[in-house]
Amino acid sequence: MKLKLWHWILFAALLIAGALSPFASPFPDGLEHVAEALHFAHRGEGPPLLKSPLPDYALPFIHNERVATSLAGILGVLTMFGLVYGLGRLLASRGEADDR
Amino acid sequence: MHIPDGLLSTPVWIATDGVSVAALGYSLKRVNKRLDPVKVPLMAVMAAFVFAAQMINIPIPGLPKVSGHPLGGLLTAVLLGPLEATLVMAAVFVVQALLFQDGGIVVMGANILNMGLAATLGAYAVYACLRRLSASPFVQSAAVFVAAWFSVFLGATLTATELWLSGTVPMSPAVLFGAMLTIHALIGIAEGVVTVAAVRVIAGSRPDLLSHLARPAPGGADTP
Repeated sequence: MKLKLWHWILFAALLIAGALSPFASPFPDGLEHVAEALHFAHRGEGPPLLKSPLPDYALPFIHNERVATSLAGILGVLTMFGLVYGLGRLLASRGEADDR
Repeated sequence: MHIPDGLLSTPVWIATDGVSVAALGYSLKRVNKRLDPVKVPLMAVMAAFVFAAQMINIPIPGLPKVSGHPLGGLLTAVLLGPLEATLVMAAVFVVQALLFQDGGIVVMGANILNMGLAATLGAYAVYACLRRLSASPFVQSAAVFVAAWFSVFLGATLTATELWLSGTVPMSPAVLFGAMLTIHALIGIAEGVVTVAAVRVIAGSRPDLLSHLARPAPGGADTP
């Protein structure tokens, strides 16, 4: 089977999320930094309105932070793929039906 | 640049949620009538790729102790078309907020508007204009770079505007806009470099995917 571009992109996404993400910079991003520097970060730090299953890209039951981030990343990549594939199929098939 | 809950006032998050729902509804309606089934796997992997890339915070030269991560909106729009890209980007922000608590819940519309809709469509519009200047590879890459930079800058401008309208920041708007725009002008350079590299790799392996760009475009932000 010949590998297509989308196989390579999926492979790259899994590699980035699984192998690179544990080594991402831990420094705050632009908005977080501005929020700290201008003293309004605390306003965004209340209890979450909705409890996420994997807050901050970590799996609560895995204590090694890097392994947890890696697994959360892979889970996220597969979730994105599945969700948007489903959405795309829905949009495409309806389009086909319209054409006939 | 993901806004957490608590930073935007109620009128601001209601308004931005409304704008995002309306814009995504329009995208869905337009894409629904014409999405090529062959494009579906590419759409799905681009969502996965943007999600993965947004996990990678990199240190920003010139800014000690600050990081930035790629947005990927322009790259997605170049590959899939701008309206398809807004749907892909919105899906990423929804999953990030619901599954990973990255970005708030009631402010999800603001995050989608800033980074998924405005940054993506705005950057694509800039790209669509600049790439017509010349067919030379340098100008084509420069168009990608400038547009990708603009996506981050526009997203930061909108984020700062929403914070300002919300009365969140106990400083003058000049300080808020100054800080947000300076930092994101630098983060945008990284976005430009990464996007140019990605487009060149794809143009090298699958030029046919970008062939819609070679045709004289009929115009408008929803060309391909």
